[in-house]
Amino acid sequence: MSYPTDLKYTKEHEWIRLEGDTGTVGITDFAQQQLGDVVYVELPDVGATLTAGQVFGTIESVKAVSELFAPVSGEVVEVNTSLKDRPEDVNGKPHETWMVKVKLSSPGEAGGLMDAAAYEALLAK
Amino acid sequence: MTDSAQQAALKKTPLHAVHVALGARMVPFGGWDMPVEYSGITAEHMAVRTAAGLFDVSHMGEVEIAGQGALEAVQHITSNDASKLQVGQIQYSALTTPDGTFVDDLLVYRFGPSHYLLVINAGNIDKDVAWITARAREAVPDVAVVNSSDRYGLIAIQGPRAQDILQTLTAIDLSAIKYYWFAHGEVAGVRATVSRTGYTGEDGFEVMVPSAMTTRVWDALLAAGKPMGLVPAGLGARDTLRLEASMRLYGNDMDETSTVIEADLGWIVGWKKDAFLGRDVLHAQKAAGVKKTMVGFEMVDRAIARHGHAVFHDGQQVGVVTSGTQTPYLKKAIGMAYVPPALTAPGTALEIDIRGRRAKAVVVPMPFYKREKKA
Repeated sequence: MSYPTDLKYTKEHEWIRLEGDTGTVGITDFAQQQLGDVVYVELPDVGATLTAGQVFGTIESVKAVSELFAPVSGEVVEVNTSLKDRPEDVNGKPHETWMVKVKLSSPGEAGGLMDAAAYEALLAK
Repeated sequence: MTDSAQQAALKKTPLHAVHVALGARMVPFGGWDMPVEYSGITAEHMAVRTAAGLFDVSHMGEVEIAGQGALEAVQHITSNDASKLQVGQIQYSALTTPDGTFVDDLLVYRFGPSHYLLVINAGNIDKDVAWITARAREAVPDVAVVNSSDRYGLIAIQGPRAQDILQTLTAIDLSAIKYYWFAHGEVAGVRATVSRTGYTGEDGFEVMVPSAMTTRVWDALLAAGKPMGLVPAGLGARDTLRLEASMRLYGNDMDETSTVIEADLGWIVGWKKDAFLGRDVLHAQKAAGVKKTMVGFEMVDRAIARHGHAVFHDGQQVGVVTSGTQTPYLKKAIGMAYVPPALTAPGTALEIDIRGRRAKAVVVPMPFYKREKKA
């Protein structure tokens, strides 16, 4: 599959959609494929502070637990509460199913993220 | 070791190339490169509960004990009473240490009047063969013990449609095979031993064939079963299915540190047997009780307990989780744990430490899932 060009990506397989000083974060199609059937997503509360590269939550599939890494630093302004009842959306529509929205504290960090072409090149290795 | 060196060191079943061609995700398991899932654990699990699933279990080991004294040898090394077996019958049993703990759990097939075949766990083959050879000879010095693991492929077909599918490929009257019995015959033109056994809590069969013929039988079953909803199923679904059915997994739920009684498997102890490895310990535990025993639980809070998580009661650590998952069919997070016997009553409140957070759980009766028997 080809990855949306309006998203930026991390080497830990999160995506982020940047709009002004807000970033919307989810995990990539590759990540959901590796995880298999997602059954539980544990996310921080609104108001929590994220640090780029640090763990901000966990995601569990039937077979494994993985950590979610923040692509950028900032404050959580919204959490996707629908994932509580429909965690399987992460598998069905990975690039539309967001987890948190973050108000960036250091917008410059976003410059270090990969674009779709670079991310696809990473996966091809 | 590099990834590729590890890959090369993994053993492959006769169906390895078939799994790769089917697009399975392959993972190392007990020294074998095995399919963990094809279409997804949930879909495969549901297929087994509602139609049928096809599993490659060729990684399991087979050890044959034959000749004069074979029964005495089997009786010495296993906990259950093999003298009760008729030819054509199978029993679940434990390969026990002198302390009554598990070297392995296994199935004992009585192939002939003085010929037994033991089906053992893949990761334990080398350990078990050495153990069985040495210990069987304690009882019967010249008994024949043969590791036949490489000679057989083993395919499990499990689910409510399993019999209908398998019957299209064999002249054996499957309806005449009772639970934990087997018959010899042909499947898809291949010499086979067909048993009504499995590790899913569903009706189904396991088909033992010569290694080189495994692919042929697998392909025939998959083709015949597809119209009836049969899908290939991997180790992931095998694990969630067995856990729903409360079947123990060696290495997770019991090992050389847990006894047969602690694992709450007293029903596989031949209490009338005069002697077998671990007998005295098991009798003593039955009489005096144990410090830990296996219990089933269900999560109350939304979280999944996993192997190794600590179990608390009234703020004190009381035990440890041995298996846990979110089950696709029951749609609950369930698990098994060792706790003190005082905490085994259904309804007992437990807390599980899940990555530093205490999540509420409650003791429930096992099995978690029991299929409805046909009238």
